[in-house]
Amino acid sequence: MSFPWLSLALGLPILGAVVVAALPKGGRAALPKVVALCFSLATLAVVAVVAVGFDVGGPRFQFTEDHEWIQVVGAHYALGVDGIGLTLLLLTVVIVPVVMLASWYDGEQGRWSVNSFFAWTLALEGIAIGAFAATDVFLFYMLFEAILLPAYFLIGGFGGARRSYAAMKFLIFSLFGGLLMLGSVVGLYAVSASSSTGPTYLLSQLSQVHIGTVTERWLFVGFFVAFAIKAPLVPLHSWLPDAADEATPGTIVLMVSILDKIGTFGMLRYCLQLFPDASRWATPVVIVLAVLSILYGALAAIGERSMMRLIAYTSVSHFGFIVLGIFVLNTYGQSGATLYMFNHGLSTAALFLIAGYLIRRRGSRLIPDYGGVEKVAPVLAGMFLVAGLATLSLPGLGPFVSEFMVLVGAFSNAWWWGAAAVLAIVLAALYILLMYQRMMTGPTRPEVAGMSDLNVREIAAMAPLLVLLVVLGFFPKPLTAIINPAVADTLQQVGVHDPSPVVPAQAGATAKETHQ
Amino acid sequence: MTLAAGFTTPSIQYSLISPMLVVFGAAVVGVVVEAFVARPSRYLVQTALAVVAVVTALVLTVLVGLDLPVKAGTAGRGRIAVEGAIAVDGPTVFIWGTILALSLISVLLFAERALEGGVTAFAGQAAALPGTSAEREASTRGLEHTEVFPLMLFSIGGMMLFPSSNDLVTMFVGLEVLSLPLYLLCGLARRRRLLSQEAAMKYFLLGAFSSGFFLYGVALTYGYAGSMNLADIAEAVSGRIGGQVLLLVGIGMLAVGMLFKASAAPFHSWTPDVYQGAPTAVTAFMSACTKVAAFGALLRLFYVAFGPARWDWTVMMGIVAVLTMLVGSILAITQSDMKRMLAYSSIAHAGFVLVGFIGVRSVGSFDDLQLSSVQAVLFYLVTYGFMSIGSFAIVTVVRDSGGEATHLSRWAGLGKESPVLAGVFAFFLLGMAGIPLTSGFTAKWAVFAAAFAGGAWPLVVIGVVLSAVAAFFYLRVIVLMFFSEPVGEGPVVMNPSILTTIVIAIGFAVTVVLGVFPGPVLDLAASAGQFIR
Repeated sequence: MSFPWLSLALGLPILGAVVVAALPKGGRAALPKVVALCFSLATLAVVAVVAVGFDVGGPRFQFTEDHEWIQVVGAHYALGVDGIGLTLLLLTVVIVPVVMLASWYDGEQGRWSVNSFFAWTLALEGIAIGAFAATDVFLFYMLFEAILLPAYFLIGGFGGARRSYAAMKFLIFSLFGGLLMLGSVVGLYAVSASSSTGPTYLLSQLSQVHIGTVTERWLFVGFFVAFAIKAPLVPLHSWLPDAADEATPGTIVLMVSILDKIGTFGMLRYCLQLFPDASRWATPVVIVLAVLSILYGALAAIGERSMMRLIAYTSVSHFGFIVLGIFVLNTYGQSGATLYMFNHGLSTAALFLIAGYLIRRRGSRLIPDYGGVEKVAPVLAGMFLVAGLATLSLPGLGPFVSEFMVLVGAFSNAWWWGAAAVLAIVLAALYILLMYQRMMTGPTRPEVAGMSDLNVREIAAMAPLLVLLVVLGFFPKPLTAIINPAVADTLQQVGVHDPSPVVPAQAGATAKETHQ
Repeated sequence: MTLAAGFTTPSIQYSLISPMLVVFGAAVVGVVVEAFVARPSRYLVQTALAVVAVVTALVLTVLVGLDLPVKAGTAGRGRIAVEGAIAVDGPTVFIWGTILALSLISVLLFAERALEGGVTAFAGQAAALPGTSAEREASTRGLEHTEVFPLMLFSIGGMMLFPSSNDLVTMFVGLEVLSLPLYLLCGLARRRRLLSQEAAMKYFLLGAFSSGFFLYGVALTYGYAGSMNLADIAEAVSGRIGGQVLLLVGIGMLAVGMLFKASAAPFHSWTPDVYQGAPTAVTAFMSACTKVAAFGALLRLFYVAFGPARWDWTVMMGIVAVLTMLVGSILAITQSDMKRMLAYSSIAHAGFVLVGFIGVRSVGSFDDLQLSSVQAVLFYLVTYGFMSIGSFAIVTVVRDSGGEATHLSRWAGLGKESPVLAGVFAFFLLGMAGIPLTSGFTAKWAVFAAAFAGGAWPLVVIGVVLSAVAAFFYLRVIVLMFFSEPVGEGPVVMNPSILTTIVIAIGFAVTVVLGVFPGPVLDLAASAGQFIR
């Protein structure tokens, strides 16, 4: 297909950001919001065209564009999507309009105008789309770093009292990782320049370049640390709870559901494919970190009093699952991890946004300040429960499928990793249900008594998320169908094969069914 | 008659060195203008003269660059001119172009009059003691020193000579010609004159001291090689005739002189004081152009003359690079004055350039497609020069009743006061921090890539870690501008004339364009090729 759909998907939100920023800044005027929403919906439409046109049986990367950009660097403006990239593109374009609708009034309390809130949101969307669609390491790195700016200004400009601190912490963590990665990006140049291909950053050519074992490991570490900060993995996670506590709910959804996914996406796309040997070498350490994240995140969530921090810690736990799925190096794990990225994006977004609704009504982030909400705001409480159940991976909701697949992958790698990760399911039930019990049930607290239920706009924002969660819970096939070929290709490049089932054929078949 | 027969006219390729001649000629004419043109019209004449001279020189540089012959048997293009004193080769032409382009916008900054109520930012009467009636009289009469323009032109001429000189004596002359006018210019601030004079004094004393080192190095190197000519020195070095000690001490001494001008640690201590005290226009000019000239000369001296002794100086330069990055990045965090902070940032950048400098490989060990060290360093200097002049230009317009409000706390809340200006300044800071989509990123990439390819990967690792440290203090300013409440009255952004606006706009445009499409300039630097001897 010759029409540059991906460039359009990347360019539309950026253009929208410029337009929205240039609109007159008039207090409560709805114009910039409507314009921004239209741009995000148009982007959704463009990505939908890509999704419909994506040929599951076709070549791995489709809708490719390739223009030479900086010759001496070997950088190309190269875009293309495989199943993994497409899944995350879809997630991005679904989340952004939802966030805009849900944070319709959030931009008004900030230091800056409403325009800038929506402009930065669109800018973040555009850059994220570029990062998911890039097939050139240099381009990806540029966008990976550039996305820090909108994120930084969204946290720092709109949110709680200590937002400036949170924004700085986020930026320092990310920049540190990004600059380490720069070292590796530069190293890739040196490696490719001295190989037969000449200087290149194209993913397709770089994966053919032979890298010496020691160099490969160091380059891997540079990439991995940057992604692990972004993802975030314990012990590099501490910026996330702070950011969650200070940023507006909309911002933190953008961060956790989209921005952080670039980290796990990067591991899958870049760490594994560019440095397959080093990835296998690092697997034990990475899996330990992932399991640590799963358990630590869950335990820390149980102990939290602030809703936003609690949800942030659940995300740390879930990112642990995603990384675990990626690094167990088998189809179940990686397909599950990719699906998990999508589902986690939805369920966490739902949870954060409803928490945001609550905070907007009550003015407090602390769980003990609530009680008996379900009597005064039943719709809100109901949606909170569904989002919470999705987060704890209740069967029938999207995350269950992906978590199950990751666990299957973990067990087929080594039973003890699976066993350790399974513990988190119990812990997840604890942190979600305890929170629900404390906030929603029991006698209605006087401060909560006058709370209004959700209005139409708020329900409209939540609806797509909840519908998708339910649909994917029962019918994940459309997504797994596009994910599986890309995962199979990735694993082939890493040079590992799925372990053949050691259990009788029947048990193997059941696992296979779920995975289909 | 017999005397005349023994005398052969030196062959001087006037066309090759015409850019330099134009600049020096205009400087001399500028001095004459001071004597013969009436005071009220001097400003206009001098400004026009300086602009015309720099533009003419720039055009001539392009012409020289266009028909530079390939030197037979080498990878470089160019010719040795003026009896072997000056090498006009690809890197020379590139450096000339860079210096002249940066000088052009610096002239505009020098000529700015709107910010001080109709006079330039230079002292009304430099000879009047601060706080005396003579000073007050000069100020009420609206006097201004238009001599700054010829001084600047002399300095530009020196900057062009320094990196293009092909023997050590010419190099020393270039060094002095570029430095002496700068010493004077530093002491000419209209406001805070004591600080300015202190800066000039410090710069002069330390500069003279470092020149002494340089001269001693010249003598020792001559003692070793028996020649001042860089090519002859290279031959002697590769043949290793004579005592090692003379050579090594000579290299060390010459390096001290060079690194002082490039403000690399541990010879950086003048930088913050001088940058702070000098009139900001001079600081901008100095930070950009002196750095280009000093690194140009450093590259030539070490690649051409001492190239064969690479293994002797790489470790030393590596240590200097690390130290420079360390000092620049870490001490910048503790600064509370904008100009001092930018001075430390300039030290840190010198460190990053040195990282690229160390990535040198012998010619032929890489093919033409690859990035060379010279190319990376030249590109870095271009990007840094424009960012630096742009940010100092912004410093000149943020003012309070006492002149420029350089204390960091005065910049709090600037984002509210003047979002566009603060945004542009934030962009420059992000550029210096090396965030992608700014020219600073591509430049950083280039020097690190050159160093990595040259096998200096430990420096790259240290470099990226210290970049993260450096990013912190740049970001701190952004936080201050956008997320802090203004203290008291808050800063006032004065409306400058079109001149400063042009400077800021050009700096911004170059930073954006080289961030997104660095290809053409990188190619240009690549086509500059290698130094010739």
